[in-house]
Amino acid sequence: MTYLTLAHLEKSFGQNHVVKDFNLTVEKGEFISLLGPSGCGKTTVLRMIAGFEAPSSGAITIEGQDVTGLRTSARNIGMMFQAYALFPNLTVAENVGFGLKVGGVAKAERAARVTEILEMIGLPELGGRYPFQLSGGQQQRVALARALAPRPRVLLLDEPLSALDAKVRVALRNEIRSIQQELGITTIFVTHDQEEALSVSDRIVVMNAGVADQVGTPFEIYNRPATRFAAGFVGTLNLIAAKVIDPKTGTVALAGMNLQVQGTAQRAAGSDVTLALRPEGLRLGRGDGEGAVFRANVASVQFMGSTIRIEVMAAGQKLTLDTFNRADQPPPRPGDEVEISLSGNNAIVLD
Amino acid sequence: MTRFLAWLALIFGCVFFILPLVGMGEFSLKMRRGVYSFDAYRKVFEDPTFWATFGYSLVLAAATIVVGVLLVVPTAYWVRLRLPKARPYVEFVTLLPLVIPAIVVVFGYIRLFNTSSILPLTGTAFGTDFLLTMGYTTLALPYMYRSVDTGLRTIDVATLTEAAQSLGAGWLTILARIILPNVMVAVLSGAFLTLAIVMGEFTMAALLNRPAFGPYMQLLGANRAYEPPALAVIAFAITWGCMGLMQLVTRLAKHERAKA
Ligand SMILES: Nc1ncnc2c1ncn2[C@@H]1O[C@H](COP(=O)(O)OP(=O)(O)O)[C@@H](O)[C@H]1O
Ligand SMILES: [Mg+2]
Repeated sequence: MTYLTLAHLEKSFGQNHVVKDFNLTVEKGEFISLLGPSGCGKTTVLRMIAGFEAPSSGAITIEGQDVTGLRTSARNIGMMFQAYALFPNLTVAENVGFGLKVGGVAKAERAARVTEILEMIGLPELGGRYPFQLSGGQQQRVALARALAPRPRVLLLDEPLSALDAKVRVALRNEIRSIQQELGITTIFVTHDQEEALSVSDRIVVMNAGVADQVGTPFEIYNRPATRFAAGFVGTLNLIAAKVIDPKTGTVALAGMNLQVQGTAQRAAGSDVTLALRPEGLRLGRGDGEGAVFRANVASVQFMGSTIRIEVMAAGQKLTLDTFNRADQPPPRPGDEVEISLSGNNAIVLD
Repeated sequence: MTRFLAWLALIFGCVFFILPLVGMGEFSLKMRRGVYSFDAYRKVFEDPTFWATFGYSLVLAAATIVVGVLLVVPTAYWVRLRLPKARPYVEFVTLLPLVIPAIVVVFGYIRLFNTSSILPLTGTAFGTDFLLTMGYTTLALPYMYRSVDTGLRTIDVATLTEAAQSLGAGWLTILARIILPNVMVAVLSGAFLTLAIVMGEFTMAALLNRPAFGPYMQLLGANRAYEPPALAVIAFAITWGCMGLMQLVTRLAKHERAKA
């Protein structure tokens, strides 16, 4: 059952067309990330759902109710901002209870709910503190509690982690995800950080210049990017020029070798395509002998712990590949001649 | 050498400001021949007109503060939130009372609201008090607006407003529970300035013929020798008391909610 629908949303600020024909349907309890570079309109989409901006055209529906023209305070949404935005004159408990108080919840019930939710975010003893007495991570937790306390229909998060330092960021994003799953609350999360989006989302919307480029699970977005933009924005990618030999069988030619790939059915024989390969789709060594094998010259080696990132020069271009670390097998050194192989199954065909 | 000059300048400044006060204070104690006494102060405090006019002005000051806060806080908030481009114009308007003499304002009032006008406010004591309060609000506007606007600058008005809206709050709740408490220190400093202005104001009260403290001081000054300086010392004490309160409130509030 569709819970939240965005239909043909458009938004212009004067001449600036910021959001273009944005469509999305969200299931109840789903965690959706809007992922894209800064300025692509993520915040604007979120603010339209919240009711802070009115769409130039299009409709927003929550639980079957058209909320497009409804004012924010009547939408029953929860929102978390990058800048925390706790009320400085209220204590933590008063901040968390604010939405309940405004909603006319009786004092005793309010206190119980505040205690419950402060426990959920792991700060049960901080109810009496003022926001300025908390660290950034604690403030953002309180902001989460405040947004969740009135049991909103949708939780909206606008880059809530970007002001925090790396360790807190990872811890808090996992916590947001687990609380979200525990409560089963429908969530829209805005971020420009692909790792963040990949790690917590049920589905990701990759946005580019106001357009939803691709909507899919993290697995799909990463392994089957639909556009060159989505492919390039999420993760590292090797791009190799190739020519279609036989669209039916998926045979392409690259650097004098033939390779079987998927996704050439719509293309004409002889047309130029680009093969995109993740670093982990390239292998050091001959492998099982299938696919294409290149002679390569190692340019650099980065030891990253469980994986090793190797940059090589092959077929006249720079390629990046990742291999797992093995204690019994030292990595190659820069300058070494190696063989690398690639399988057509890992290649994504782009224009 | 520069230190010496700095001290010299400081001492000169202090003497320049304090000497007249000391002279005035000393003179106010000389009512009884040959010895220092508080006779002049007793005379002032024994005068029922002093208490009546003082109380009257105090009540009007309170009314002025309430009207000023109700007028200025929502206006300054709205200008910051939705009309940032209008800020220079609004500031210009709030500064007008500094350049338009009170006497011009009060003549305008009398012409517009006299007993033969459509709205004969000057016909009744209450109506005149109302007019006077409005006049005082105008006089205090530059100070009130500036303090409140400065207070609003220290908080993220737009985001706090949106956070409150997302939690279901309407405009009245946002103003009363979020905005006003966060600019309370600024509002209070504006309020104390208003109090000081209203307690000393002469022109408007005199021309509207109301029994305020300003005209009383004037009257006393014209007819007595020793009481006026005593009154001036009392007025100074009140003003300085206000300043002290302002400092105290600022410090207490900082302790309570330093801005994150
Ligand atoms: N209130 C506004 N008035 C004018 N332009 C705006 C406004 N809000 C956003 N924009 C413009 O819309 C574009 C998208 O902004 P935004 O949605 O904040 O992007 P993102 O969150 O993806 O970084 C930007 O070019 C920005 O300048
Ligand atoms: Mg943004």
